[in-house]
Amino acid sequence: MKRIEAVNDFVIKFANVNGSGSTSANELFAKAILRMGVPVSPRNIFPSNIQGLPTWYEVRVSEKGYQGRRGGVDMMVAMNPQTWDADVAELEPGGYLFYDSTRPLPPSKFRADIHVIGMPLTDICNAIYSDPRQRQLFKNIIYVGALSVLLGVDGEVIEALFAEQYKGKEKLLDSNVRALHLGRDFAKEHLDAPLGIRVRRADAVGEQIFVDGNSAAALGCIYGGATVAAWYPITPSSSVAEAFQKYCARYRVDPATGQNKFAIVQAEDEIASIGIVVGAGWNGARAFTATSGPGVSLMTEFIGLAYFAEIPVTIINVQRGGPSTGMPTRTQQADILSCAYASHGDTKHVLLFPEDPHECFEHAAAALDLADRLQTPVFLMTDLDIGMNQRLCQPFEWDEAREYDRGKVMTAEDLEAGKDFGRYKDVDGDGIPWRTLPGTHPTRGSYFTRGTTRDAYARYSERGPDYVYNVQRLLKKFETAAGLVPQPVLRDATRKTRLGVIYFGSTSPAMHEALDVLTDAGIHLDALRLRAFPFPQVVAQFLTDHDEVFVVEQNRDAQMRSLLVNELDVDPARLVRVLHFDGTPITARFITQAITQHVHAEAVTSQRKVKDHNLRECTA
Amino acid sequence: MTYLAKPRLHHPSLTTNKVGYTRRDYEGKISTLCAGCGHDSISAAIIQACWELDIEPHRVAKLSGIGCSSKTPDYFLGASHGFNTVHGRMPSVLTGANLANRDLLYLGVSGDGDSASIGLGQFAHVMRRGVCMVYIVENNGVYGLTKGQFSATADRGSKSKKGVINSDSPVDLIGMALQLGATYVARSFSGDKAQLVPLIKGAISHGGAAFIDVISPCVAFNNHAGSTKSYDYVREHNEAVNRIDFITPRSEITTDYAPGEVVEVLQHDGLTLRLRKLHDGYDPTDRLAAMNHVQTHQARGEVVTGLLYVDPDASDLHEALNTSATPLNALGRQELCPGAQALAKLNAALR
Ligand SMILES: Cc1ncc(C[n+]2csc(CCOP(=O)(O)OP(=O)(O)O)c2C)c(N)n1
Ligand code: SF4
Ligand SMILES: [Mg+2]
Repeated sequence: MKRIEAVNDFVIKFANVNGSGSTSANELFAKAILRMGVPVSPRNIFPSNIQGLPTWYEVRVSEKGYQGRRGGVDMMVAMNPQTWDADVAELEPGGYLFYDSTRPLPPSKFRADIHVIGMPLTDICNAIYSDPRQRQLFKNIIYVGALSVLLGVDGEVIEALFAEQYKGKEKLLDSNVRALHLGRDFAKEHLDAPLGIRVRRADAVGEQIFVDGNSAAALGCIYGGATVAAWYPITPSSSVAEAFQKYCARYRVDPATGQNKFAIVQAEDEIASIGIVVGAGWNGARAFTATSGPGVSLMTEFIGLAYFAEIPVTIINVQRGGPSTGMPTRTQQADILSCAYASHGDTKHVLLFPEDPHECFEHAAAALDLADRLQTPVFLMTDLDIGMNQRLCQPFEWDEAREYDRGKVMTAEDLEAGKDFGRYKDVDGDGIPWRTLPGTHPTRGSYFTRGTTRDAYARYSERGPDYVYNVQRLLKKFETAAGLVPQPVLRDATRKTRLGVIYFGSTSPAMHEALDVLTDAGIHLDALRLRAFPFPQVVAQFLTDHDEVFVVEQNRDAQMRSLLVNELDVDPARLVRVLHFDGTPITARFITQAITQHVHAEAVTSQRKVKDHNLRECTA
Repeated sequence: MTYLAKPRLHHPSLTTNKVGYTRRDYEGKISTLCAGCGHDSISAAIIQACWELDIEPHRVAKLSGIGCSSKTPDYFLGASHGFNTVHGRMPSVLTGANLANRDLLYLGVSGDGDSASIGLGQFAHVMRRGVCMVYIVENNGVYGLTKGQFSATADRGSKSKKGVINSDSPVDLIGMALQLGATYVARSFSGDKAQLVPLIKGAISHGGAAFIDVISPCVAFNNHAGSTKSYDYVREHNEAVNRIDFITPRSEITTDYAPGEVVEVLQHDGLTLRLRKLHDGYDPTDRLAAMNHVQTHQARGEVVTGLLYVDPDASDLHEALNTSATPLNALGRQELCPGAQALAKLNAALR
């Protein structure tokens, strides 16, 4: 029988029951591999439920550092009888099935082309622990112990992790180490180790850090100077606010007075959340909210106000599968259009697309600067995949000399000196007007902020020319924004090519891997990673420079492609859709296949015009 | 200039207050409301109250929702920043503004549609949170700006101008504010300036969530016979529980009253409210009794007015959140950014 043989390059998936405490054990396993210098990218696949439903934890081990979901599973740790059949079916031929063999299963429950490793986990636990909760929790540690032997993971590394985790809690430390040894000893004695897939110490992690995007975004808000946060719980964004709270407790309590240099409000809904952020932004404090698609829908009236009345607002949208409640615990990039054009009337908003936790941090801080500079809502568009999963990425960086860009705010001195103040007047030619904060000057600089039209001096006016001046200026401001947002990242093919590919956000790692595979297969593409909307000039140039450009995204309706067509007036026929939208993170295999198929189909039919350029996911 | 330019040369007979402003300095743009609209009287009362309390106009932030009532902040305190937000959501914007700068005075102006219909949720939650503010609802029982539809405070059985009888129960904002924890709750009538001005002054000096429901007749759509929000109806049914005689620092109180005739309430900023009782045994510091009294008398068709409840030990959201004495909007990078060294440590912990 075939046996998958691979060192530092495989996928292992844990099938567990939600609420059984498996996540921390699985994370421990992933982190141990990381500590051996081998990159991993784990993904939690969980239901919208607190206890009892199936949950999976998929770990990709890749010494090359590929962090995207690969697709396929080489080893299944099948701990959930409910999903047994599907879990077994998912294994690659020659793969490994690890299971709890306490209760015998009929041969029909197995496959002939996989290697089965049974371990009587329940029996072992029942013999040693009497408390049901302990039996459950230590069962997880025991299987981690056994797996460490099977896969060549260093036991001492795991013990070191325990020591860090349970510092000062000696009893817990001892019991965990004991459970680990139970698993390891059993495996050494009774199981065939090592397997064909295994881990070997390497030096491929380097300086990188291992962190989830939501924590990183929260930390970016701390560093970026946010003082007011308002939110309403919604998966997958809640942990942004929770992490902000945690970091505030650590970094923002004045040691001298014990007072908080922040205010966090868990509001009654998303309308109130954005209202609080608008009020704080109007009054000169940096403020943000974190939410997901349904929350953005509720916020849209306020987003229009903030756009039109020109108030700095930062919105972190950790996208999930929509529409409606959709797939609340699965990932998508399907709010591109609803955010880019959120609200009624003519509106456009700045969107940032971080690719990983490192950029979640960087872009969150940048969003706060941009919102102040541009006096407008700025969206940080992350998603569940990077938001809620720990990802290996470059360490966070902060330039000590960096100042906050508070934008154009007139001071009492400016006003006292008699500087002309037209709240909605373009005095600098960049479309961005000056503002004043409430309470600045006893007699000068006050104005009435409103969502209704007004003239350049903020006086109520429904005159056509006043209105047109204002909305044209907003367009000019948006052009200015294109030069201020994070610029696209270009990655040229190794040789000249007429093909390009555009991608963004959490698609990055899968795309980078796909580019390597495609290059090896002789398909060469120049790649452009979008990091923001409005699109800087280089994006239009990139489109002009290539006959065909694939637009890879994680939604059904090719929303980024629509935005490109709409904003840059490109011929839609030249933009080829590559769409993945079943709620799982996009894979390199999917992208590679989609692009390869298209390129080959083109070659075959190169004489006649191909009518339908569109590639759609066939499995959805 | 976007503020309303006023001639700086005032008539010498115009008296200035302790901070050097005349009453005119508290005015705003010319009102565009209907002549006789109750809302304009409330604006005048706000102007009077701020002037008398020596509030510097620019230290006030005026926030409102949408409606005729919500337009009024443009018509008073022209030197203050104002924010006409979206319909029914002023409370959240005010909350955010207040969190950003605790040193200003926050005045929220709303209508009965704005607060009791579309904005009922935000009304409730801003009271729950105890945001330090003066929240005035200019209550006319209709949507003035959209031409006279019933609002959620219209009494059951009251008649619209077009003759339609309202069959829905009214939302009782006073009852809600009491129940949800507002620490200063009053009702007044736009036609009774002598009662209203001291109530606003009391609210300004309160230091917690202060709510005033002001019945404010809409002359265009709800001032006819059969309306319970008309000038005539309110005059006939007004039952004041007390009068604020005056508000002064404690040391300046000199007048003598017969025992049992007055209640004194020391406010947050050191000012004392002296309440003259108009209703036997009414204790404005007893929340439950206030709820009971208002409900009982309301059921009889009376419009109960006066300072219905006050908590002299009010606290506010900033206290609950333990926010720094320096306003959050005055903190800079130095105070807010943990710096590169802390980040290096954090990075190390993430390996
Ligand atoms: C979302 C939204 N829905 C509807 C309206 C239309 N609208 C404007 S004012 C108003 C009612 C205002 O009533 P109220 O708050 O009682 O103010 P009044 O005019 O009576 O003072 C309505 C429904 C709006 N501006 N926004
Ligand atoms: S319509 Fe009614 S509420 Fe509006 S301004 Fe006229 S009288 Fe006042
Ligand atoms: Mg009304």
